[in-house]
Order: sequence, then structure tokens, then C-alpha cells
Amino acid sequence: MSGFRPVCRYEDLLPERGAAALVGARQVALFRTFDGIVHAVDNRDPFTGAFVLSRGIVGTRGDRPTLASPLHKQVFDLGTGACLDDPEVSVPVYPARIRDGMVEVAAE
Amino acid sequence: MDLVVVGNGMVGQRFVEALRERDREKQWRVTVFGEEPRRAYDRVALSSYFDGASADDLDLVAPGLYDSPDCTLYLDEAVTAIDRAARTVTTGRRTVRYDALVLATGSYPFVPPVPGRELPGCFVYRTLDDLDAVRAAVRTAADHSRGRRAGLVIGGGLLGLEAARALRLLGLSPHVVELAPRLMPLQVDEAGGGLLRDMIEELDVTVHTGTSVAGIQEADLGPTGHRLLATLASGVELDVDLVVFSAGVRPRDQLAREAGLAVGERGGIVVDDGCVTSDEHVFAIGECACVGGRVYGLVAPGYAMAEVAADRLVGGRATFVAADTSTKLKLLGVDVASFGDALAATPGALAVTLHNPVARRYAKLVVSDDARTLLGGVLVGDTSRYASLRPLVGRPLPGDPAAMIAPSGGAESGPGSLPPDAQVCSCHAVTKGTILDAIAEHGLSDVAGVKSCTRAGTGCGSCVPLLKSLLAEGGVPVSSALCEHFDQTRAQLFEIVRREGIGTFTELIGAHGRGRGCDICKPVVASILASLDHGHILDGEQAALQDTNDHFLANIQRNGTYSVVPRIPGGEVTPDKLIVLGEVARDFGLYTKITGGQRIDLLGARVEQLPAIWRRLVDAGFESGHAYGKALRTVKSCVGSTWCRYGVQDSVSLAIELELRYRGIRSPHKIKAGVSGCARECAEAQSKDIGVIATEHGWNLYVGGNGGFRPRHADLLLSDVDTATLVTTIDRFIMFYIRTADRLQRTSAWVESLSRDGVDGLAYLRSVLVDDSLGIAAELDAAMARHVDCYTDEWAEVLADPVRLRRFVSFVNAPDTPDPSITFAAERGQPRPVLLEVAR
Repeated sequence: MSGFRPVCRYEDLLPERGAAALVGARQVALFRTFDGIVHAVDNRDPFTGAFVLSRGIVGTRGDRPTLASPLHKQVFDLGTGACLDDPEVSVPVYPARIRDGMVEVAAE
Repeated sequence: MDLVVVGNGMVGQRFVEALRERDREKQWRVTVFGEEPRRAYDRVALSSYFDGASADDLDLVAPGLYDSPDCTLYLDEAVTAIDRAARTVTTGRRTVRYDALVLATGSYPFVPPVPGRELPGCFVYRTLDDLDAVRAAVRTAADHSRGRRAGLVIGGGLLGLEAARALRLLGLSPHVVELAPRLMPLQVDEAGGGLLRDMIEELDVTVHTGTSVAGIQEADLGPTGHRLLATLASGVELDVDLVVFSAGVRPRDQLAREAGLAVGERGGIVVDDGCVTSDEHVFAIGECACVGGRVYGLVAPGYAMAEVAADRLVGGRATFVAADTSTKLKLLGVDVASFGDALAATPGALAVTLHNPVARRYAKLVVSDDARTLLGGVLVGDTSRYASLRPLVGRPLPGDPAAMIAPSGGAESGPGSLPPDAQVCSCHAVTKGTILDAIAEHGLSDVAGVKSCTRAGTGCGSCVPLLKSLLAEGGVPVSSALCEHFDQTRAQLFEIVRREGIGTFTELIGAHGRGRGCDICKPVVASILASLDHGHILDGEQAALQDTNDHFLANIQRNGTYSVVPRIPGGEVTPDKLIVLGEVARDFGLYTKITGGQRIDLLGARVEQLPAIWRRLVDAGFESGHAYGKALRTVKSCVGSTWCRYGVQDSVSLAIELELRYRGIRSPHKIKAGVSGCARECAEAQSKDIGVIATEHGWNLYVGGNGGFRPRHADLLLSDVDTATLVTTIDRFIMFYIRTADRLQRTSAWVESLSRDGVDGLAYLRSVLVDDSLGIAAELDAAMARHVDCYTDEWAEVLADPVRLRRFVSFVNAPDTPDPSITFAAERGQPRPVLLEVAR
């Protein structure tokens, strides 16, 4: 049950910026971090319900790659989906990889 | 139980608030009678009424205090009698029963028996009504007399000098007559009074000491003019438009006398140290009370009495101890402070003085005969040491007294040397120990926190520098690091980027920071790079630094859509352009609203719609309004002299010129501006970061105003300047702000931050921007010239570039599919976002 589906070209993603993608009926936020890795989390901001996480600012907290929600700036760990400002909240994380220059996500 | 308060002055008001704070079970129903038509206002700041403050600005009543049924305020209703046997008070309208009565009737101005004191043109200086009468008289005099107008102030004490300031603000040349051989005889000694006199005489105030007014007559000027001729005991004759009596106050104890309460030999309702009168059901507080044989004419002891009476009424045992009559104030722009035994009345007291007439400084410390204990002091010209010296009164000197008043360096007299029970805030009687406890208990790290937890610093404010030192001493590290990635402040990073010519975030964080940034430092660096003109904000690595608003050149809304605000310079828009805005809003289904900055907000646009919307707008001649950026927003204007019958300058043209000049400039926070065509101020310029108000001769420039969370009136920086000077000064103001302000620090907080360690921030700003005291004016001018030359419309550039346009898609793999989660309902004929569910 690999379930990986090609979503876009790796070059379509700007370094340290996000993009939203439709994977089936699911909205996924893709991020290309400074080290070249692609992360995929759910695009829905759990604090507001708006589908906007792909538009947040990418950064680091300590060694962890992070994303700050564009609405109220809560910070999430891109690796685990855990909210670093509220231990009771997290966002789903989806496996993502790069194959032949394409970004593939398993989100179903 | 029923409590009646007679008087709604500063002390009466403080009492009600103090009682409400303590009386949590609401055992007391409070009824307050005020004789004036206005509720309590700040009488200490009375002369600011002529300096732009309105009656509302001076209002002291906490919002909502008198809205509840158990706290009632009757204004314009004097109490005429007290029946102690029946326990009732009577006014012209009602009789009210009390279980406890608090008299806070204050004082009345003392008018010496000078012949002619009843003539028209003679006033007292006590209430806002008095000030209105003085202002009306000055206006009448202006209509009739030509040449220099003058006013006479009788009394050279604290109140008299305040009155002189008020007359000066009304455009009169004041004369001040004081019977004692020096000004402020109760607070300062002869040398200090002499320096004070020298300094205020430079401000067009003529001082006559050691004499009195022998008589006042009406001058015979025929039917048009009304002037007064005052003859001094020294023989000098003064030809003036009006006379203000401010020779001290007397306690208003008539009501108490008639009710048979004990009064002091020289007036004042006699109370014990619990503020209880000779009738155990009646309290007296403030300037009407005589406690320990003494009547206090200052607000701080009155406040202390208010607290004592409030405590007693809820069963406490608080007592009033002989009050600290220390004062620190600015009289006609001259700093004066007096504390403890300022006049060295203690037997054997020694005085250490420092008198420098060149530097305009006088300082005196009074010490005990063994030179070990500080007894008091006087400071004139520079009162920056007041906050640290006053709490040491009655305590061992921490060092050589001469060194403690030496201009710089010298012995440590900071808060470190204060014992825990020393009073830091004398307005609210807060000790150093209480403040340190609050800092530790609540983890306070700023003055605002100390103020809200302890009330220290919320009275006269003179102890605020001390609070800052105590915060540092309290062991709370006040970190100035921007975030975990940079140890520097925004201003420091700005200097690094500017000096080293750094062009990218990677370069900066590699050399001066750590990690890969965050939502705090990335937008800061993006703003700094943009301020220093490093190309389009969406190019190269800069794109990754931008907050979502700057990234999509639009403002994100709660449902993930964006708003679009085209620039409408000065609020002037042609009918054709207005029609285009309406058509675009209609065609894209956008909610439409007029903004506070005189432009039009179109809300509800999805990311992928933004380029098509802007194509239409740019084609019609609109450009980005930068509503999404920490940047200049709008320059609001009134219609000005072109149309308005009151206008004296063309405010619209200036507003457009300024808005086009500064459009697109990136700054630490948003910048709002306004231009009014006359003093009626319809553009509300004084609430803006940059406010310009037309005068007959040019423009007045105000800076540092703010609406929002913490409203602030702007400060007057320049008066009556021509347009070229105005623009140059605004150029420098903006650039200096961009260079030195903190992250997200509005100009209001920035301007306030320039005042510290006794430095007047506004004077400092003027010296930098006008006199070029830092030698950076040419750099600031060049930076602004570069901005003006390099400006391009961000949206037009995006539309012209397919690469930049690529990011305006809903989904990277389905660019034209709208986000299915965004839906709208209809409300009043327009779309309203349907909010998304949050399961929390």
C-alpha cells in the first residue's frame, strides 16, 4: 500500500515556501525546505478551519523544520505535524518523496 | 448600606474607585454629588486645556464606573446642607440618607483683598469653566486691541506659574507678581528660584517678586477697548487685558461648619489619621481636610487620604501618615523638583549645592548635621535624579552628597541602594519591596506590567525610570534579541545590512545568526531589504521571507480569501475610476466597503483571482495600495482651501504629493498620515504617524500619533514651515524611524522611546531631523531620494512577469480549481464568508 501519487514537478516548489495541492479530494500543503527535502502536511489550519497552511512561513526551531500558520502564527513541526505552541493540537503529516524530478505524496 | 460622597474632584473620584476596588461584596451603595457640570477631570494638567487637550482628554473617570445601579453620580448638583442627626444630605433637587458620608469638597481660590478685584477681566484659575471664561476674554481682547496683549498673574507659586503657562498658550505676554522674594517660595530656595526666574523670563514672562498688587483700575480706552491698569506696591504700572488670581487655595469647609463639624484654626475639616471627622459617620479627604493640624494643597496626599477612607469603610485600619509633599513638575518648560525638607528647616541641617548658571542647572541636597542622612533637596533645570533621590529621604546617604548631584558619574544613587520599604511611587504609596515582589511573582518584564500589577507609575509618572531599573534589578532578563535566530534587534540588523551591503537572508543569517529563520525574523529581514531597495519583494530568495500578505500582495482574511485595496492618493478619485472599482467588485463577486483611510476595500478574492482583478485595476490606472504591507498606507485629507470656506491651504494637493512620494516604502510597521486644510482638523491628522495641519503661514507638522489599541495624540514637531521644509523633515522622520525602530514598533511608541534618562525625545528628534545633530541628514535624504526614484508598482510588475504570476494559483496541480472550502452566503446584498468548522 505505497499509495504515492505524483503531484507536481520538484521545480514547481520554491525553496522554503509552500504550495497547496489536491490529492484526490484532500488538500495537502507541500514545503520544500532549505535542505531540499519535501514535506507534506494537511492544508487545513486546525485553529481556524481555513485551508491556508501552505501559505505559512517556513523556518526552523532548534533543529526541527517548522511552519507558522499565516493566520495566527502558531508553529508546527513539519516532520511530525505537532503544534509546538499547543501540545494538544497537531496536523496530519503525509509521506512525500521525489521520483524522477516529480514530487509524490501518499495522502489517501 | 448607603454612602454619600460630596464632591467629584480628583480626590473624590479616586476615593470612589478605591472603594469599588476594595468593596468586592458591594456592601456600599454609592451616591456622588458633583457641583460642576463635568465629572472628575485632571486639574493638575489644567493648562494643557490650552495646549490641544479637550475636556474629554482630561476626564479621569474609569469607563462604566457610574453605569451600575449601585454607583450613581449627580452632576451640577451642589449639596446645600447636612443633617447629621437624621443622617441626610440635601441638594436643590433631593434629600438623600446616608450611613456614611465622605466630604471631598476640595478648595476654592484665595483672592487677596486687592481693590478692583471684582472688575470684569479679573479671573480665578481653578476649574474648566474658569478657563473657558479666560479664553473668551482673550478672544474679546483680540477683537478690540491691537499690539501685544498681556495678562497679569497674581501669585508666583505652582498654580501661578501654571496660569502663566496657560496665558502664554493663549498668546498673551504674562506678568507674574509674587509677594515672596522668589518664585515658588514653598518649594525652592533662593538660588533655585533665581535660576527658575531666569529661565522663564526668557519665555516672555515678566516676573515681579517681593511686591504685591496695590490696586486694579479700568483703563479708559473709549468704547472699543477694555483694559485693566494694575499698580504694584513697588510703583510699577502694568497695562493688561486681564488678571488671573492664583495666590493659593483655601479649604472649602463651609458645609461642614454649618453642620457643626470641627474645623481647624486656619480652616479645614478636622479629621484623625483615619480621615474621620468629629462625627464618626463623616469622613473628610483631600484639600478640604485638616489632618494633624495641616491642610494639604497637593493631589498626592489627597489620594492617600482617599485610600485610607476607602480602607476604613470596608473595615480596615489604614492610617494617614504625614504626607510626602515632594513635587516634580515642568513649569513653563522648566523642570523643577522639590522633596523632603527642601528649605533646610531642620535644626543643624547642612546643604550641599551645585549651581551652574551656564548649564542651567541647580541642585541642592539637604543633609542632617552629621552629613549622614538625606533630609531633602531642590532640583531646577534638570530633575533626572529626582526619582532616585526622593525615596532616600530620611535614610542613610549611600555616598558623598556632592557626588550624588554631580552632572555625571558620581556615587550610585540608583534603586540598588534603596531599602525594600522605600517608597518608589509616592502617588500610590508603592514601595520598592512591593514592586520587586510583583516582578518576581508575575514574571513581569516591562513597565506596563508593573503599572497594571502595582499601580506604581500610573500617577505623575516620575518614578517610571526607577521602575525600569527595578525591572533590571529584579533579575528579569529583558532580552533584546529578535528571536532564537538573531541576537540583534531590528535596528541593529538594519545597520548591519546597510553597512555591509548584505543582499540576502542566507548571507545575513550565515554571518550573523543561526538556523533558517522563522515567522518573526524573516519578515523583518524582508522589510529591511525592501527599505534598502533590493528589488521586487517577490524576487529570488526574498519571496520566501514574505508573510502571506506580502507574498500575495493582498490581505488574508479569516476564510483564506484576500482583500484588495487599490491606492487612492489623498482619497481623491475620479468618477470613472470609481465606476471601475464598482464593476470589478460586481464582476468578481467581492464584498465592498469604504475604509477608514479614504479608500475602498474589496474582500473575498481567491488567490487565483488576484491577477485577473489587478489586470482590470491596473488597466484603469490603479496601483497597489500596500494595505498588505508594513508600509505607508494612506495620506488622508479634507477638501482643503479649494472648496472649503474655512480652508487656508490646499490639503488635497499636499496629501497626494506625500502619498505618491512615500508609496511603497517598507518600514518597521505601517505608517498612516493625514493632512488637514485648517485647524478644524477634519482629516484627523493628529491621530496619525505623520500629521500635517495647515496654518495661515504654512504647515504644522505632528508626529507619533496613533489610533488603534493605544490611542495617542501626535506631538507638534514643527510650526509654520513651508512645503519644502515640511517634506524634507518628513523624509528624514520616516528614514530615521526605518533605521532605528524595533520590529512592529509604531511611530508613537518609537517617539516615546526616544525620551529616556531625562532626555526630551521630541527635542532630540528635532535636533536630529532639523539641526542634523547626528550628522546623518544627508544619508537620510539620499535614502529617500533613492526610494522615490526607484519606486515601481508591485502589482504592475507581477502582471508583466509570467514567473511571478505562477504562484497565484489555488493548487499547484490544479491551478484553476477554486478551493472548495471557500463559500459565501448573502447579507445585505453582498457576500459574507461562511465560516469553517473548528472541532475544539
